[in-house]
Amino acid sequence: MSTQTIEKAVEKKPAEAILSKRRKKFVNDPLSDDNPITVQVLGICSALAVTTQMKPTLTMAISVIFVMVFSNLIISVMRSLVPTRVRIIVQLAVIATLVTLVSEVLKAYQYDMYKELSVFVGLIITNCIVMGRLEAFALANKPWDSVLDAIGNGLGYSWIILAVAFFREIFGSGRLFGWPVFEAIGIENFPTNGLMVTPVGAFFILGLIIWVQRNKTGYVEH
Amino acid sequence: MQQSNTYIIIFSAVLTIVLGGLLSLANQGLKPMQQKSEELDTKKKILSAVTEIRRMKGNEVLSLYSETIESIVVDIDGEIIEKDEKGAPIIAENVDIAKNFKKAPEDRMYPVFKYHKPGDKDVVEAYIFPVYGKGLWGPIWGFIALETDLNTIKGTSFDHKTETPGLGARITTAEIRDRYHGKKLFDDSGNLISIRMLKGENNPPSALDDHHIDGLSGATLTGNGVNEMLESYFQYYLNYISKTKNGAIEKVALLD
Repeated sequence: MSTQTIEKAVEKKPAEAILSKRRKKFVNDPLSDDNPITVQVLGICSALAVTTQMKPTLTMAISVIFVMVFSNLIISVMRSLVPTRVRIIVQLAVIATLVTLVSEVLKAYQYDMYKELSVFVGLIITNCIVMGRLEAFALANKPWDSVLDAIGNGLGYSWIILAVAFFREIFGSGRLFGWPVFEAIGIENFPTNGLMVTPVGAFFILGLIIWVQRNKTGYVEH
Repeated sequence: MQQSNTYIIIFSAVLTIVLGGLLSLANQGLKPMQQKSEELDTKKKILSAVTEIRRMKGNEVLSLYSETIESIVVDIDGEIIEKDEKGAPIIAENVDIAKNFKKAPEDRMYPVFKYHKPGDKDVVEAYIFPVYGKGLWGPIWGFIALETDLNTIKGTSFDHKTETPGLGARITTAEIRDRYHGKKLFDDSGNLISIRMLKGENNPPSALDDHHIDGLSGATLTGNGVNEMLESYFQYYLNYISKTKNGAIEKVALLD
C-alpha cells in the first residue's frame, strides 16, 4: 500500500494577476468611456492652451502622466495615515512637490521647453484631473490599482490633447513636430488656418472629438 | 487617535519637512546645470538675432559666440564704461538687464554686442542691443540687431517670462521675429520713429511700412509691451548710436 500523501489544497486566494480584467478596466475606461477631458470635462484649460504644436503638447502629456502616477502612488501608499481633515492640503502638497520637480528638471535639461511651457507646467497643480483622481481613487485603493488608474487617466488626457495638437499644428502651421508636412509632399502654398492657432481652434476640434465619441459610445449627459 | 489635533500637526510637520527637503535637494543638485542652460540660452538669443543657429549644438554656439561677439557697455550718454563704482571691470554678458531696468534710465548700464564677420575680427557686421520691458503678465526682453547703418533691423530675438503660450509667447517664434527684418528705426531726416506692431493680425499690406509691422492676434497687450520696449530702449541708446554714426566711438576704441 502506498502511503497516501494527502495534498491538502492550500486555501490561499491566488494573487490577482498584475493586469487582471478588473485592473485593465482602470486603464481602458478613461481612454474612452470615462475620458477625463471629453466625458468628465476636466483639464480643459491646458487642453486649449498648450496644443498649438505637437512638441510642447507631448512634453505636457508626459509631465502630467508622471505627476499623476507618482501622486496617486504616494497618496495611495499613505492613505491610511492621511488624516481626513487635512487630506486635500496633503494631496496638494504632494502634487505641488512633484510638479516643481518636473519644472526644475525641465529647466536644467530642456530649457527651451521649460520656457515655452512655463506657466502651464506650474498649472498642472491645479489640473482637476490630478486632484480628482487622488480624491476619488487613490485615497480608497491599493497602490498598484492607483498607479494603473493614473496611467489610464493620464493616457486618456494625453491622447485627447495630442489629437487636438495634431489637427491644430497641421492645419494651423502646416507642420508636425515642426516638420513641414505639406512642403514635403509637394504642396508649396498650403493655406494655413489662423483660427487653428488660437484657442478657439482647440474648442472646435475638442467639440468635434466629443461629438464623434458620443455618437459612437452613445453617452448622454444627464 | 488618527484624527486628533496632535496627530494632524505632527503629520503635517513631517510631510512638510520631507517634501521641502526633497525640493531643496533637487534645486541644489540641478542648479549648475540650470545655470549652464541659462547662459547658453542668453548667448543663443544674442546670436540668433544676427545669424541662423537653430541647428547648432550647445558647444558650437559657445565657440561661435567667443569667435564673433565683442561686447562693450555704455551709459546713457553713449560713453563706454569699463569699470563700476568699485573699480571692478564690467563684463557686458554679466550685466543683469532686469536689475538695471529697475534703476532710473540715466543710471543704467547698456551693453552693446558687436557681431564680427566669422574669421575677421576687424569688420563689424552688426550691432546687437539688448532691450527689456513689460509684457502682459511679466517681463519681456530681447536682442535687436542693427545693420552697420544703425538704422535697418538685421534681426531680432525676443523672450518672455510668463506670456500666454500660443498668444503673447509667439513673440519668440521665427514668424514674428522675421516681421521686423529690414524695417527702419529712423525716418529720412534721422528722427527716431521706432517700429510699432499694429493691433490684430493680417493687416492689409497698405498699413505696413518701414515703421509698422503686422500684430499678434489675441495678444495686443503683449504687442504694446514690445512696442514700448523698442521705443524706450532705442531712446536710451540714441546717444551711442549717433556717436557711433559720427565715428566718435570707433576712434576712441582705436586709440586704446
